[in-house]
Amino acid sequence: MIELVDVTLTYPDAAAPVLREVSLAVERGEMLLVVGGTGSGKSTLLAAISGAFPHSTGGELRGSVRVAGRDTREHRPRDLADVVGVVGQDPEATFVTGTVEEELAYTLEQLGLPPAVMRTRVEATLDQLGLAHLRARPLETLSGGEQQRVAIGAVLNAHPQVLVLDEPTSALDPAAAEDVLAAVHRLVHDLGLTVVLAEHRTERVAGLVDRVAVVAQGRVRVGEPAALLPAYEGAPPVVGLGALVGWQPVPITVREARRLAGPLAAQLGTSPPTGSYVPPGEPVLSARKVTVRHGSTTAVDGVDLDLHQGDVVALMGRNGAGKSSLLWALQGSGRRTSGSVRLADGAETAALDPVAARSRITLLPQPASDLLYLADVASECAAADGGSGRARAELDALVPGIADETDPRDLSEGGRLALALAVQLSADAEVVLLDEPTRGLDAVAKAALSARLRELAEQGRAVVVTTHDVEFAATCANRVVVLAGGEVVADGVATDVLRASPMLAPQVAKVLPHAGVLTVADVATRLARGGGRDG
Amino acid sequence: MTTAVAERATRRPRAVALSLHPLAWWAWALALAVALSRVTNPVVVLLLVVAVVAVVLTCRGDGRWGRAFRGYLVLAGVVVVIRVVFHLLVGVDGAGPVLLDLPRLDLPAWAGGLDLLGPVRLGGLLSAVYGGLALGALLLCFGAANSLADPVRALRSLPAALHPIGTAVVVAVTVAPRLVTSFARVRRAQRLRGLPGRGWRGLAATVVPVLSDALDHALALAASMDSRGYARSVSGRRDVGAALTLALAAAVIGTYGLLDAQAPWWLGVPMLAAGTTVALAAGWVAGRRSRRTRYRPDRWGLAESFVAASGVVAAALALLSPELRQTVLPGAPPLAWQALAVAALAAMPAVAIGGRPQRLEAGP
Repeated sequence: MIELVDVTLTYPDAAAPVLREVSLAVERGEMLLVVGGTGSGKSTLLAAISGAFPHSTGGELRGSVRVAGRDTREHRPRDLADVVGVVGQDPEATFVTGTVEEELAYTLEQLGLPPAVMRTRVEATLDQLGLAHLRARPLETLSGGEQQRVAIGAVLNAHPQVLVLDEPTSALDPAAAEDVLAAVHRLVHDLGLTVVLAEHRTERVAGLVDRVAVVAQGRVRVGEPAALLPAYEGAPPVVGLGALVGWQPVPITVREARRLAGPLAAQLGTSPPTGSYVPPGEPVLSARKVTVRHGSTTAVDGVDLDLHQGDVVALMGRNGAGKSSLLWALQGSGRRTSGSVRLADGAETAALDPVAARSRITLLPQPASDLLYLADVASECAAADGGSGRARAELDALVPGIADETDPRDLSEGGRLALALAVQLSADAEVVLLDEPTRGLDAVAKAALSARLRELAEQGRAVVVTTHDVEFAATCANRVVVLAGGEVVADGVATDVLRASPMLAPQVAKVLPHAGVLTVADVATRLARGGGRDG
Repeated sequence: MTTAVAERATRRPRAVALSLHPLAWWAWALALAVALSRVTNPVVVLLLVVAVVAVVLTCRGDGRWGRAFRGYLVLAGVVVVIRVVFHLLVGVDGAGPVLLDLPRLDLPAWAGGLDLLGPVRLGGLLSAVYGGLALGALLLCFGAANSLADPVRALRSLPAALHPIGTAVVVAVTVAPRLVTSFARVRRAQRLRGLPGRGWRGLAATVVPVLSDALDHALALAASMDSRGYARSVSGRRDVGAALTLALAAAVIGTYGLLDAQAPWWLGVPMLAAGTTVALAAGWVAGRRSRRTRYRPDRWGLAESFVAASGVVAAALALLSPELRQTVLPGAPPLAWQALAVAALAAMPAVAIGGRPQRLEAGP
């Protein structure tokens, strides 16, 4: 169905190719997962398959790419529209019409199908993706997961043989992501679609795919998940757990791991809930009755929150639960309808001027690229730290090897995020608020960020991170706060809160539900200590 | 909180307007706009404004367009105020008693020799208010059409030859609000870096991310449209475009001829008719050439004809009644039975269509 022969891809003005001599064949009905580090060329590989490279992006393509028998050199993306469907990470940016039904019909109109056929297909797609009750809704009123399902439905309507998905769940909460991936999986089964899927969060999809393509240093290796994933640093935690304990064959899914986990669970024993949360240090911020209203909707509803030195708080909850609004209200420059937020010395955050606020309570907004405005990385860093070199050091700790003269807009999404993180962390504030700091970061950068946040906490800072990435929360947070409808519904020790809900539980906790462990590192520590219960 | 959400989810949206053909509302509003451009009697203008507002309030949908009407109301008010302020500053005095004796400031000859302020007379003030009212009412008509008929859907009803223009407008319509929100978002983000909102540095820090965001968005949209087959079936021929440009020019001249009482007669209806004929022919040719099809095209039924007719009949009555044009200043504007009839006709959609169950199933 998809055939790449000796493909070498070079962007215009680039010194070296992004990908070289890639040969790859994907069979009909196969689901291929594409993984790789930040800026490794995953998205470029996907663009080559959809024909967007080089037709939309520019650049040079050597070798041949054939999709459903059509060479992308002679066929522009629009000529492939009936065989390839493309869905990106930001569905809202790709909507052409106003309502769900019209969006679903758009491709069909362009292909010139008869009205009766269109009607049947739109109805079928509405059912397939569970969108029937949303058919007349304006697109901008849908939630992130619904928008992504509409985007998939819109390309699916044309009955493509290939579906190309570029991180379709990166902006979604765990439940919505599961919805979207389940829908894709069902389509593979029902329609025999060929799916090429790029995803950083391998734990969400590893169990669904047939083969994995690992993109690194311009090369692509393809193989079975069980063969390639153990050596890949972004592998799902269960794979790491299997490697740690020496399970054979290496489990790819939670189910496989559970079947093997009996002896390990017995060795670790059971660990009851840790009980109440004990502040690790002096209070640094205290928020009382914080309420944020946008028009008639209440985003944050009377939230009380105390942060202490040494806290790394993971703020979790559905898309639209009020996480970002709460962070902005805490920082002081966002809207706050009522309530107070005071720092340790009693200063109200809303009353601080921007320069003073930056040195005391700093926030990484979403999208993080809003912060960047200068022409190259070096000037961004210099503007952030006044030339002390702190920002550059922070950046190198997260994603090493970004050249000084690179334009921030040429960086990959993960690279831009890392730069924005470096800019904000270099302010060395007492309270650090980060809104979705892992979107687009690869596993190595995420591990580095997690370590850096723990380090900040040990230096007596307080950190709040909003995230949908439960695995990331499990590695760095000591405390988890769950928001729903703008109210705090859970607040406690990370181990307890994350184990309590199946939606929030990391993979290791699902495999070993009673052992009181969240990550592979936790298991390793416990085994090194000789099993049994700790503390 | 939860109950409020549940209520919103189960309530059927007031989407009556959404179920009508968008061009019906445009026909209605344009007819009233034509009437308003010739009626100078402020009482009639006010009655028509009331009719338009009543129709919008009873028939508009819940969407973002429906909510936009308040903006047009504010804009119309601003127009009246500006007209009056300008009259106070530089207006011609007019007749009638002096209401307010302001000192006159003579500007030197190099500034145009204008004189600012000066006594304000009743006649001049009234004519300024009436003029502002007429302009504001005209604005309200366009606002009403925009609030009642989603412009994006209206563009879908255009002939195939105008499809590229329609798409460009749709993209612009979606990008413009995004620019505004993105500007606010970036300004907020830049404050987090401790940057001042003002000054050259603050401006650069805001404009660069906003523009790069807008460009990224435009490129993403273009790539999405491309990969979804947009412009697959476009022929390279330009004859239809040329014919349409000609038709548009004829329509503009024809409208001018119709609206300006001093224009020669052949500039009016004949020009408009010729333009329409060319446009229809070109649209037909383009429609036959295009391989694009249309999903669930809007239907034109009895209700649509009724809405359009109520506007057109009201306009015709207004144009044919010289009574509605007489206004002697200063003095009470004369009121004739035609004034009430015109307003009543214009408001017919509110009575007949408002609150009617909708035809299309529209969400939860």
